[in-house]
Amino acid sequence: MSSTTDLAAQGKREGRPGLAGLQARSGAALNPNARVAVRNLEFFYGDNRALKGITLDLPERQVTGMIGPSGCGKSTLLRVLNRMYSLYPGQRATGEVLLDGKNILDADVDINALRAKVGMVFQKPTPFPMTIAENIAFGIRLHERLSKAQTEERIEWALTRAALWGEVKDRLNTSAMGLSGGQQQRLCIARTIAVRPEVILFDEPTSALDPVSTLKIEELIDELKRDFTIAIVTHNMQQAARCADQVAFFYLGELIEVAPAAQLFTAPQHARTQEYITGRFG
Amino acid sequence: MSTTTLPALSPVKDPAVAASLGRRRKRLDALLRWFCIGATALALLFLASILLTLILRGLEGLHWTTFTREFQPTTYGDPEAPTGGLLHAIIGSLIQTAIATAVGTPIGLLVGTYLAEYARGSLLGNAVRFVSDVLLSAPSILIGLFIYQLVVLPMGGFSGIAGALALAIIVIPVVVRTTEDMLQLLPNTLREAVVGLGAPKWKMITLVAYRAALPGIVTGILLAVARIAGETAPLLLTSFGNSVLSTDLARSMSSLPIAIYQQANSGFPDLIAIAWAGALIVTAGVLVLNIVARFAVRPRG
Repeated sequence: MSSTTDLAAQGKREGRPGLAGLQARSGAALNPNARVAVRNLEFFYGDNRALKGITLDLPERQVTGMIGPSGCGKSTLLRVLNRMYSLYPGQRATGEVLLDGKNILDADVDINALRAKVGMVFQKPTPFPMTIAENIAFGIRLHERLSKAQTEERIEWALTRAALWGEVKDRLNTSAMGLSGGQQQRLCIARTIAVRPEVILFDEPTSALDPVSTLKIEELIDELKRDFTIAIVTHNMQQAARCADQVAFFYLGELIEVAPAAQLFTAPQHARTQEYITGRFG
Repeated sequence: MSTTTLPALSPVKDPAVAASLGRRRKRLDALLRWFCIGATALALLFLASILLTLILRGLEGLHWTTFTREFQPTTYGDPEAPTGGLLHAIIGSLIQTAIATAVGTPIGLLVGTYLAEYARGSLLGNAVRFVSDVLLSAPSILIGLFIYQLVVLPMGGFSGIAGALALAIIVIPVVVRTTEDMLQLLPNTLREAVVGLGAPKWKMITLVAYRAALPGIVTGILLAVARIAGETAPLLLTSFGNSVLSTDLARSMSSLPIAIYQQANSGFPDLIAIAWAGALIVTAGVLVLNIVARFAVRPRG
């Protein structure tokens, strides 16, 4: 808590704009390029307000990196975008999250159809206890009726896009639990894209992986943005710099700054961003 | 940045003290290890003694006619007189155990699923869990009495179906507890990954959670089967026992534990030998079932 007030005081001393000014600036009209538009989003875990007036666009076919210290709300925001929080009573969101012109926070939204449009890849690989092919087919069968041949074709397509086909094509019918951690994570990505979503959310997708696997996933994200709009939460600043087109910095539930990656990392507008990316806190 | 002076530390580390502490640690380590080994050995000794006695005396009484004949009164040591068998009890046990498992398992499975997937932390969930745990530790004779009141008296007599229902009530809490525990063990990220693909909750539970928890759930069902296969008290008040083979669920029916109980109490050596054979059959049956089921649900791939 004390560090918060210290930082706020420091910000004032250095004459940088406060949060009020920032919100006025970012409460902007809908960006025509935005695939997902977050407007004045507030999020609550019970009485605890975890996101405060977030307004952010995810531009079409671009990667938006989300950075900030633990507990800053970046993962919470990700879990709003596919309504994952709806699993848990006591968690609620207000404001607007527009996808295809519809507010996904509305009560009448078909959550399962939404999640088919907004896929998610988690921190730890989560292969299902079934074969590799079944893992991919599972998601497809939820939303489409395909013939056997079409399903096989889709499985190959998804595994190829996830850069895993070459490694597993000879053992599609063996258990997915036998894959290495990096392969499991690429399987989870393949499973997600097999449903053909519009948006893919990555929640620290490489924090449980070794450097080689991490590199593969990062290359994959770069490749996937040709077809998908991507949001990635990461604790790794280099990763955000490498992967993201625009980067959003969160702190204590507020969006402090969002800018093109090059600009945010070389010429941040705010003292807190500066301090975070130079490793002074967080 | 002000440099604060730290308070002076106690005297420099004394190597003699450190060595003495190290010796103490080693002694305690050895002591604890030998306690653990000793306790395990003691438990294994009793187990081995029981199993050895069971196998030796059971094999003594076991004959192929044990599986083909029904109860016969004692031969009084007359080698010409036919010895009895346990066919009536084996069939009775199979029927009652199978029905009890078939009735109790789905109920237990659904209650366990409710507790783990739907009622986490809810008042009703906690109440259900509490009642189920009470049932789990209730003396089985009480369950026999309950079915006696509920089924035996209205039906006007002891019956196989009453025995099966009493056993089913014993199955339920065992399956509830293990199902809930096994589902609770699954990481929440697995659930989120499934619903994150757009799967409704029921598909998440039936297609993924059950599959991931299957070995544990099957272990719970086996525990329940093993327990009811050896239950005697609730059957005394429900299916009662029968000296001839009966597959009529509306009439009294024998079972291995009841046959063991009655023949072991008879005082005639030939009947007591058959009771030992029955005990061996129950034990071996449960063991075989365990091995088969574990083989069937072993992780693939």
